[in-house]
Amino acid sequence: MDLSFLAIQALNGLSSASSLFITACGLTLVFGVTRIVNFAHGSLYMIGAYTAATLVPRLLELSFGPVTFWAGILASAIIVGLIGILIEVLLLRRIYGAPELFQLLATFGVVLVVQDLTILIFGPEDILGPRAPGLRAPVDILGRRFPSYELVLIAAGPIVLGLVWLLLRKTRFGVLVRAATQDREMIAALGVNQALLFTGTLFLGAFLAGLGGALQIPRVSAHAGMDLSIIAEAFVVTVVGGMGSVPGAFLAAIVIGQLQAFGILIFPKSTLVVVFLLMAVVLAVRPYGFFGRPEVIGGTHAVGIASRERSPFAVLAVLAVVGILAALPLIGDAYVLKVATEILIFALFAFSLQLLIGVGGLVSFGHAAFFGLGAYGAALAVKWLALPMEAALPTGLLLAALGAALVGAFVVRLSGIYLAMMTLAAAQIVFAVAFQWVDVTGGDNGIVGVWPSAWASGPTAYYLFALALTTAVVLLLMRIIDAPFGYALRAARDSAARAEAIGLNIRRHRWIAFILSGAAAGLAGGIYAFSRGSVDPTLLGIPTSVDALTMLLVGGIQTVTGPLVGAGVLHVLRDQIMPLTSLWRLVLGLSIIAIVLIFPRGIVGTLRAWQEERA
Amino acid sequence: MSEPLLEIWNMTASYGRAQVLFGLTFQLRAGEVLALVGRNGAGKTTTLKAIMGLVPATAQRANFKGQSLSRLPPYRIARLGLGYVPEDRRIFTDLTVDENLEAGRKAAGAGRSPWTPERLFELFPNLAEMRGRRGNQMSGGEQQMLAIARTLMGNPDAILLDEPSEGIAPVIVQMMAQAIRVMKAEGVAVLLSEQNWAFAAGISDRAIVIERGEMRFQGSMAELIADERLRTETLGV
Repeated sequence: MDLSFLAIQALNGLSSASSLFITACGLTLVFGVTRIVNFAHGSLYMIGAYTAATLVPRLLELSFGPVTFWAGILASAIIVGLIGILIEVLLLRRIYGAPELFQLLATFGVVLVVQDLTILIFGPEDILGPRAPGLRAPVDILGRRFPSYELVLIAAGPIVLGLVWLLLRKTRFGVLVRAATQDREMIAALGVNQALLFTGTLFLGAFLAGLGGALQIPRVSAHAGMDLSIIAEAFVVTVVGGMGSVPGAFLAAIVIGQLQAFGILIFPKSTLVVVFLLMAVVLAVRPYGFFGRPEVIGGTHAVGIASRERSPFAVLAVLAVVGILAALPLIGDAYVLKVATEILIFALFAFSLQLLIGVGGLVSFGHAAFFGLGAYGAALAVKWLALPMEAALPTGLLLAALGAALVGAFVVRLSGIYLAMMTLAAAQIVFAVAFQWVDVTGGDNGIVGVWPSAWASGPTAYYLFALALTTAVVLLLMRIIDAPFGYALRAARDSAARAEAIGLNIRRHRWIAFILSGAAAGLAGGIYAFSRGSVDPTLLGIPTSVDALTMLLVGGIQTVTGPLVGAGVLHVLRDQIMPLTSLWRLVLGLSIIAIVLIFPRGIVGTLRAWQEERA
Repeated sequence: MSEPLLEIWNMTASYGRAQVLFGLTFQLRAGEVLALVGRNGAGKTTTLKAIMGLVPATAQRANFKGQSLSRLPPYRIARLGLGYVPEDRRIFTDLTVDENLEAGRKAAGAGRSPWTPERLFELFPNLAEMRGRRGNQMSGGEQQMLAIARTLMGNPDAILLDEPSEGIAPVIVQMMAQAIRVMKAEGVAVLLSEQNWAFAAGISDRAIVIERGEMRFQGSMAELIADERLRTETLGV
């Protein structure tokens, strides 16, 4: 390892920092003004890459030269900016006042829609873009060759920072954007039309995402999946820098770029882990990032379950439902039982999340971490310790509970959007470990051969086993929700300050809720591992977390039974619709958006509202 | 007597299920200072916010310069020429004095000499010395001056001024009184919500007294000053 090598690594770090900053800068600007964390920002980046990889070669055929290349990049970014306007006008504008969980889910709906549309429009193949004319020859740096395009990228970051700085400091638009970042209502009372301001901001944010994506085409081919990988990194940059802070994003991007460039030398397989660990450390020391500030009071609005009078028939209803479910093997074939088992597992998973979100008001966006830890814990116990199912399931549960205790210890100090981002980051760390620690976890292939003990191995036996465990844990959690502990959590959800003032240790309550919820999710994960006979990293991915959130949303966040119903409905729909269409994600995404806009109370909540109206 | 600039008929407002205003009816005339007085919690701030469209309210009629305000978003109300200075001032603390003024700038109506930063600095000389300073490095009194100056940058015909004397030094309270007199001289009508009785009594032409969201008195300030029984009962002064 000599000096020239270190220099090249540093330059590599700077060039990836530049790309990351350009994209994250748009995300942080949009958040600053609209207070929406736009999950679809990564999708805009992807569209930018696809558009440029398609558009620029055609332009170069007409007239070959650097001017054409850069004009094409800029045109692609502008197209993405216009798509940003479309998203603002059609969707974001309608959810500015919605709880942040709904905002995150709705923009994730856009992610799903864009994923399918991208394949529909650009085809399933990766698209390799052209190299930049005039920048093909590498340059010589301390005797080593370095791509000259990377040098341009390194310059692009500070240039964008400078231009955005000028825009924000020296123009009326910038003054208004900064004012709106601080106090939207006041800016309206001064006669400023926020709608135009927001649309303009979305154009700018989407333009930057598109630019970030378009600039990648000479380096990497445009491919499906670049949306989620960039959004996770962009989240880290904005959170570490302080949400809404452009200079913070720049500093964070530089730190992360260097950390990745040199981290790869020290831990060759842990690049993802290093990045997310940085986020965990920064947030532990500075909960609002480098230059962020606490959220405006009233900026978070938790929705959750309220107290209801207990129906006198509740016990009977539970017995009836469990009885009917237990009788299912009498009529269902093996396939029905397999689907039913999965529904039970997801019902438990979603219900465990309800304890955090509906009861605690803690919007966890990384609940897959605990589901996956439970699954991996069980699978690892089978693979490495040769434990039987009876011992492996508790091992998984324990691993998930420990994970939740660790993550919970970090995040209970946070609230609202920072908590959501931090849990997402935690899940990504676990994902990265499972994905990159191939020797132990099997990496992408996962672990196979995770089968239940003989007595539980038939579809009927395993279904009844899952039913018994799910019922027991759901009833236990319901009991906890109705106990003083549950009241304390709800009090802290509705007003943390008042709950503290009456002497509740809300951090401890939330921490315990995390552990309970994580343990229950881990049990669900363990049962899932044994039902499929294998585990793989997708169990830990963002889509799995979003699945649980969608079940909550479909069923109704303000009801105790909502997640159970939601799990059933979503799973049955998926089972029925997925084989019929290749556009399942489009359907799911549009459904999520529609539910947020039209039925934010979910199925159980809407039914109950009807019932109350009639009464 | 001049034409009413702002006419409110039977306005009510609620926070959730709790009704706060019960049928207020009053007018603000061009160029006058109208004091809105009452005890803490009587509904003064809510009245101003309801006029601006910042809290949900209903009214039989709410007109400004003959145009209906009902169902207009706050920014449209502001653009009609109605300025608002909130109780908690709500300066943009990340922005400098100059930038705060820029955020409030709107074109003046025909035939008016527009407010400029320079003219406002004559009114509030303290601000002239800190044009580049950020809002978070200013005292409460300086923030109050900036809040008023910022709203004046929008060249309003009337201004809703919420508790300008609250929590600031007596010498600055004097300055506020002077500023209100200048506004009045410039033809800007002022609806002044105030707890500080002496301050309100000193600069207002007319007064409204509200108590628990209901109107108890409407008339000239001189009348209210004379009616000691009503004052003791509703204001404790």
